[in-house]
Amino acid sequence: MDLKTKYLGLELKNPIVVGACPLSTDVDSISKLADAGAAAVVLPSLFEEEIMAAARAAMEMESAGAGFAEASSYLPNPDGYHIGPGQYLEHLEAAKKAVEIPIIGSLNGTSVGGWTSYSKKMEDVGADALELNTYLLPFDADETGANVEQRTIDIVKAVKDAVSIPVSVKLSPFFSSLPNLAKQLEAAGADGLVIFNRFYQPDVDIESLEVVPNLRLSTADELRLRLRWLAVLSAQSGLSLSATGGAHSAVDVIKAVMCGAHSVQLVSALLIHGPDHIGRTLDAMEFWLKDHEYTNLEQMQGSLSLAKVENPKAFARANYMKMLDSWEM
Amino acid sequence: MAKPRTVMIDGNEATASVAHRINDVCAIYPITPSSNMGEFADEWSARGQTNIWGTVPDVVEMQSEGGAAGAVHGSLQGGALTTTFTASQGLLLMIPTMYKVAGELTSTVFHVSARSIATHALSIFGDHSDINAVRQTGWGLLCSNSVQEAHDMAAIAQMATLDSRIPFIHFFDGFRTSHEVSKIDYIEDDDLRALIDDEKVRAHRERALSPDRPMIRGTSQNPDTFFQAREAINGFYEVCPQHVVNAMERFGEQIGRHYKLFDYVGDPEAERVVVIMGSGADAVHEMVDHLVAKGEKIGLVKVRLYRPFSVKHLMEALPKTTKKIAVLDRTKEPGAIAEPLHMDVVHALAEARNLGINPFAADPVVVGGRYGLSSKEFNDGMVKAVFDNLAADQPRNHFTVGIVDDVTHLSLDVDDDFDIAPDSVFRGVFFGLGADGTVGANKNSIKIIGDETDNFAQGYFVYDSKKAGAVTISHLRFGPDPIRSSYLIRKAKFVACHQWIFMEKLDMLSFAQPGATFLVNSPFGPDEIWDHFPREVQEDIKAKDLKVYCIDATKVAQDTGMGRRTNTIMQTCFFAISGILPRDEAIAKIKSAIKKTYGAKGDEIVQLNYNAVDGTLANLHEVTIPDEITATATRPPIVSDAAPDLVKNVTALMIAGKGDLLPVSAFPPDGTWPTGTTQWEKRNIAIDIPVWDESICIQCNKCSMVCPHAAIRAKVYDPSLLDGAPVTFKSVDYKAKDFAGQKFTIQVAPEDCTGCQLCVRVCPAKDKANPKHKSLNMAPQMPLREPERENYEFFLGLPEVDRTAVKLDVKGAQFLQPLFEYSGACEGCGETPYVKLLSQLFGDRALIGNATGCSSIYGGNLPTTPYAQNADGRGPAWNNSLFEDNAEFSMGFRLAVDQTNERAVHLLKGLSAELGDTLVDEIINADQTTEAGIAAQRERVQVLRDKLAGNSSPDAVNLVHMADYLVRKSIWAVGGDGWAYDIGYGGLDHVLASGRDVNVLVLDTGVYSNTGGQASKATPLAATAKFAMAGKDIAKKDLGLMAMAYGHVYVAQVAFGAKDSQTVRAFTEAESYRGPSIIIAYSHCIAHGYNLIDGLDHQKMAVDSGAWPLYRFDPRRAALGENPLKLDSKAPKMAFEQFANTETRFRMLQKVDPERAKKLLADAQRSVSGRFDIYQQLASLSCGSENDSDAN
Repeated sequence: MDLKTKYLGLELKNPIVVGACPLSTDVDSISKLADAGAAAVVLPSLFEEEIMAAARAAMEMESAGAGFAEASSYLPNPDGYHIGPGQYLEHLEAAKKAVEIPIIGSLNGTSVGGWTSYSKKMEDVGADALELNTYLLPFDADETGANVEQRTIDIVKAVKDAVSIPVSVKLSPFFSSLPNLAKQLEAAGADGLVIFNRFYQPDVDIESLEVVPNLRLSTADELRLRLRWLAVLSAQSGLSLSATGGAHSAVDVIKAVMCGAHSVQLVSALLIHGPDHIGRTLDAMEFWLKDHEYTNLEQMQGSLSLAKVENPKAFARANYMKMLDSWEM
Repeated sequence: MAKPRTVMIDGNEATASVAHRINDVCAIYPITPSSNMGEFADEWSARGQTNIWGTVPDVVEMQSEGGAAGAVHGSLQGGALTTTFTASQGLLLMIPTMYKVAGELTSTVFHVSARSIATHALSIFGDHSDINAVRQTGWGLLCSNSVQEAHDMAAIAQMATLDSRIPFIHFFDGFRTSHEVSKIDYIEDDDLRALIDDEKVRAHRERALSPDRPMIRGTSQNPDTFFQAREAINGFYEVCPQHVVNAMERFGEQIGRHYKLFDYVGDPEAERVVVIMGSGADAVHEMVDHLVAKGEKIGLVKVRLYRPFSVKHLMEALPKTTKKIAVLDRTKEPGAIAEPLHMDVVHALAEARNLGINPFAADPVVVGGRYGLSSKEFNDGMVKAVFDNLAADQPRNHFTVGIVDDVTHLSLDVDDDFDIAPDSVFRGVFFGLGADGTVGANKNSIKIIGDETDNFAQGYFVYDSKKAGAVTISHLRFGPDPIRSSYLIRKAKFVACHQWIFMEKLDMLSFAQPGATFLVNSPFGPDEIWDHFPREVQEDIKAKDLKVYCIDATKVAQDTGMGRRTNTIMQTCFFAISGILPRDEAIAKIKSAIKKTYGAKGDEIVQLNYNAVDGTLANLHEVTIPDEITATATRPPIVSDAAPDLVKNVTALMIAGKGDLLPVSAFPPDGTWPTGTTQWEKRNIAIDIPVWDESICIQCNKCSMVCPHAAIRAKVYDPSLLDGAPVTFKSVDYKAKDFAGQKFTIQVAPEDCTGCQLCVRVCPAKDKANPKHKSLNMAPQMPLREPERENYEFFLGLPEVDRTAVKLDVKGAQFLQPLFEYSGACEGCGETPYVKLLSQLFGDRALIGNATGCSSIYGGNLPTTPYAQNADGRGPAWNNSLFEDNAEFSMGFRLAVDQTNERAVHLLKGLSAELGDTLVDEIINADQTTEAGIAAQRERVQVLRDKLAGNSSPDAVNLVHMADYLVRKSIWAVGGDGWAYDIGYGGLDHVLASGRDVNVLVLDTGVYSNTGGQASKATPLAATAKFAMAGKDIAKKDLGLMAMAYGHVYVAQVAFGAKDSQTVRAFTEAESYRGPSIIIAYSHCIAHGYNLIDGLDHQKMAVDSGAWPLYRFDPRRAALGENPLKLDSKAPKMAFEQFANTETRFRMLQKVDPERAKKLLADAQRSVSGRFDIYQQLASLSCGSENDSDAN
């Protein structure tokens, strides 16, 4: 069965991409994922904020020890103790050497300079594409929605000016007009969108009165939100689309592809079941496609987009309207 | 000869850079001021840098200097070229081995940054006491006087030892040379290769022990042979000086720098000559040049080869015209006819006369003097005084110079204003805080000047003894001629104040010469700064016609992403306004230096610093000096008027940085000082301090428990005592039943708090409607200083809580008066809360022996000491013997106390007729296990004293004299892991095995914290530390388990940040146990690599990950048939790696060598889990098997 797809201009042997997660933090594990059938791997995000904090901490540590008669420092100064993206870039480079499949770098910047320089560095060490993780939670009441969107657009423009590899933008669902933003991002040069970022949803502790960081794995229910927006965006955008969040099984992948995804990122399912889950999912997809007499994956790609689905209103309305619709003549 | 490459390095690096390249093995142990030499060697080997034969020297850290010497001896006997680096007590520990090495005619060089030996006090600073303590060992002693010479003599010593087979000590002055950054010509590898004769190296190796050509050394000999055999060595010493001459000549031919055994400088027909060795020789050289140019007939002999002492060569060096000689010794040998070099010279002249090689028409008059002990200044004025003394008809002998001796009147008068600094030399003085990076930036600046201009350059850095809020003064000189001024700058052309808080504390402008430039980091702009200067500063600016510049560097740092780091900004200002280089060029050089310094660490740090440089100039302003002096406020007095006379007259001068002015009469002759003097040194170093919101406080006293500086305290007291309280004094009803009806206050000492925030972090009380508001919240100190000072004074005036009524738990213990307060320990120190707790629980009857290390420095470093006294005048009595002997030293307290107690009991029984049997019985059989019992015994002792008052029988007088020993004393040995796990372990083990009632507190930071974080056997597996740069691959020694194995030792492992109740319990149990006890206390430390604000969280993680299990092993339980071990922490609930990821000491390796880090972390996890399993199993063993078998 031909499961080939094209994502961000990259020829993928199937739509399953390993999303940014701990599984791709070492090269052995990436090799296992590739062997299991993954079509591409997105590396975990490089966080500029962490690098800058580490840089400041390193300077603080250095001066903490410089002013005393008996100690000129308190920690050793080994060669190779490098604060910066070096290790990430080495990892990216090693991953590229270890596997044939595309490796996609992921970046969370805080400054325009950071976004562009780190993107360029990732390109230089061989990244096949970049995923910009624009993790922006607008907390400031003085910042308008348009400003928030413009910041993302500006980042894309700057990165696209800096690199020639394809660039996707990982978005949150919290924009007032996703199609319009998608259009602007496309105009700014983005090659694709990854929908959606799953934000950490912190809990609160009612005993200690503290916020408690909490990361839960996705459930298949979360896929629905993605399906809707894949269907909407794929109908009117030329951007390459990737679904992330909630795809666990072959059926989930098929749904996403039908709604318009060019690739589907698996994370939680792999953390639960291990890399071999990819092979099993691909087998199940092949079986389903054969069973339903598809000749290749491309046939179903976008078949349930807003433009092609029989009842597009179903994507647009809330559930209770469905009942009313059924009375519509 | 090609122009050599110049480098800007300090004396330690200059020495180590040669030693590392011409040795196979370095066996080392850290000791100030030599530690850096070992660290450099270790760092270079870790980087794979090879010696001149292409192999990487093996750098091995040992458990003590004695161990290092042993390893060196063995390695030499094995045929490897081997060295070590040491100083002071470290050199003393090597003496026994040194005799062996010399007796076996073994070629080696030890590099020593000469330092004072602890006598009436410890001193880390430089003099020749240590060198003179080994002059009898048979080693050659070769002296360097400067950084360049340290570099050169390191090679010459190696050449000489290989030629002569006499082992050599190459020494130079600790700090003045070891830590001075100077521009020197570098000896390249090829040159070193040419200097070291391979044939001699082979000969050394051929003398090694080898089973392929077996032989035996180290025999024992008897009266029939030992003497003759000892004399058989003589020929080697006779020719040794000539070997050194040859080595110096070969060195001169190869390198172009020429030395002699005794180098003469001055008029060839000099009449007055000074003989001296070490850095002071440069100061004399400078003066000789100055005065000879004016026509004076003076000269100087620099002693380079001190042992073997060559009479012939000294005679060759001295001008025939010499009439008077002053020999200067940087050491003191009490009871001797004269100091060692002085005696040598006198004797040399006599020998020369006998040998007929005396060149003088008439024997010169020789006088001797002491100078420069413990890095005491030896400046141009003092040198002049020495020559002036020689000019007298009858020069004074056995004089001192550099101090005022108003007791034995030995000191020479010095003209303090005498100054020969030429105008061509730039002189800058920079005041900074220890942790603000000022020293680092100034080292950088002087390196830029040295590297990028043709100037000669010198940087020297003065530190105070505190960790938190330490003041540093950087002295930078540069100019077109070689700089020989081996002393501090007194008249600077540039003075920089990097912290505004110094304005009210330090007389910085006393360093400024007329017309100098004054740069200030100020929160006030150019238009307002004038009115904020204290009156003294305004007066100095006007009187000296200073140019003033200001910048708000703190704001620039914040705005440019540098956080609190202002050093790069102040450095940029210095270059911008000093005009050393054209401004643009200077900026470019700074940036290039930044790139050089930080490039390896990443572009991000480089860019942050670039941003700071770029953001500086627009914010740098020249201040227009008004015509009028406007300030009315003057600097506050150094200490309160209420302070005792000694504090006002002596301590205050030390605090003000003017201790040099104190005369001999100001000091106790035996090193005895009053305790409790930190209370007078109000340091005001906190920017923010905690503010108590009494309305939500739950009165747990945890804030007081965790405070490293006893700067937040709790009291309960009668409500009536609030009469007259200051208006802002806070008080609430006490909530618990134990002091029902009383009032409760948490009070901050605003001027003693360091702002570490541990109290805020631990505070569990939150405002339910606004949880970020706790019962303690940080607020700016400045506006709170005055009212809180008044409140704190009132608080201190409230009576202390009755010790007999306090329950000894976390809360109760904090109602006890801390008798360890306001130490100089780091902000957020993880050790001092334990020491403070000890002082609260037992301080009024404690004798503490303290191993050298952080705890002895913050515990006993002048000017002020933190051990305090209660209202009855009782408190801890403290002493630091050495690093290595502390357990034994402390056990000595126990022996003395027990023996004196026994004597008192004996006398008591003999005086029962006068005292009454009841009182005698009650005293002898008193229950002293509780505070009430102790109090009752003290009352009985008072009754005894009253009854014996007026009784003049010798027994009665003696009993009154010893009666205090009838009250139970608490004996403590306190120290760090370097002491307990490494250098002092043998003694510690013996004391634990002795069964005597000694309590041991191990403040375990897992590294040698005081000397800068070198690995100890307490360093955890997978952590990096100096000498374990690749990550420690052996598990931390389980000291607790080893102590438990005895069965009779009380053992506890505690971490106050994880479980404070267990900590308090362990302390009370350990102390109450009438045998040996050891408490191993987790102490978070700056050397772990995180902001100490988070120290308590890290302690929790250490326990939660199983890396630091909490337990108490009480032999008393075993006696009851119970399991003696109680495990007080639960099974690990987080992975070790999760804990490790939060600390730089572990994370560093993940960055440097991820594969090895992964392996070591996995090993660490196995080790941690395995150990916890062992403890769990031990704690669950069924004990009392004898009873069981009886039952069966």
